[in-house]
Amino acid sequence: MFVRWSAAIAAAFLLSSPVLLQGARAANKLTDPQIAHIAYTAGVIDINAAKQAQKKAKNKDVKAFAEDMLRDHEAVNKQALALVKKLNVTPEDNDTSKALSKQASDKLAELDKLDGAAFDKAYVANEVAYHKAVNGALETQLIPSASNAELKSLLQTGLKIFQGHQQHAEHVAAELK
Amino acid sequence: MSGRLCSIAVALVFAAMLVPARAATIEITMENLVISPAEVSAKVGDTVTWINKDVFAHTATANNGDFDVTLPPKKAATLVLKEAGTVDYYCRYHPNMKATLKVGP
Repeated sequence: MFVRWSAAIAAAFLLSSPVLLQGARAANKLTDPQIAHIAYTAGVIDINAAKQAQKKAKNKDVKAFAEDMLRDHEAVNKQALALVKKLNVTPEDNDTSKALSKQASDKLAELDKLDGAAFDKAYVANEVAYHKAVNGALETQLIPSASNAELKSLLQTGLKIFQGHQQHAEHVAAELK
Repeated sequence: MSGRLCSIAVALVFAAMLVPARAATIEITMENLVISPAEVSAKVGDTVTWINKDVFAHTATANNGDFDVTLPPKKAATLVLKEAGTVDYYCRYHPNMKATLKVGP
């Protein structure tokens, strides 16, 4: 009975929440090398999405938004790499990173089938949802779990940037309607 | 004669009142996605210098369209205030960065 009940809860989570949060919830105690890997992976995912948008987007605001994402996420990841080098930490792959990457490659494939205004709309909608998910994970899991003060501080800066991106994406989405 | 002198004196006094105070330069920093001070009082003729200490590009963009200053990473940019009024501004790239300029005459 108890097992069945928890299976139902797990199923509900699987259906309702983004993969990032599930992964983060499942791995209760994330280590700094894992956190660094997740944060870096999250950045790479948005860089790849931006590169796809640069090729496919038609709307000039959407193109400009993609350029902003590319520039900011590359800057954050450059900082992250410098920090792990300084701290002598090797980012460690983990289930959350894997799930994130899988979900992102599925999304890239899905968006690749779209063109013109349909692509623009789907890309921006996904950017809103994606940044929302990343921000949730940063706030509830990654930042509280980080042990190293410098890593925590970089994640906090990251959170402010991504919150900015989410608002920016929401503005662009509203303009497209 | 004395009436004329008197009016010249009055004119001089008025002229002295009309000469504006020395224009000031006001520095506003953008660091870790925070604009500080978030509210600044200035006067027409003053210069505002925004200093971007982040590795990210920012902008100082007036809500009313008065100005749109781009700040590349680790760079500063200036603006001479030409009009009085209260202007709210934000960063176009990170709209959660917001601040206010109060420009007096």
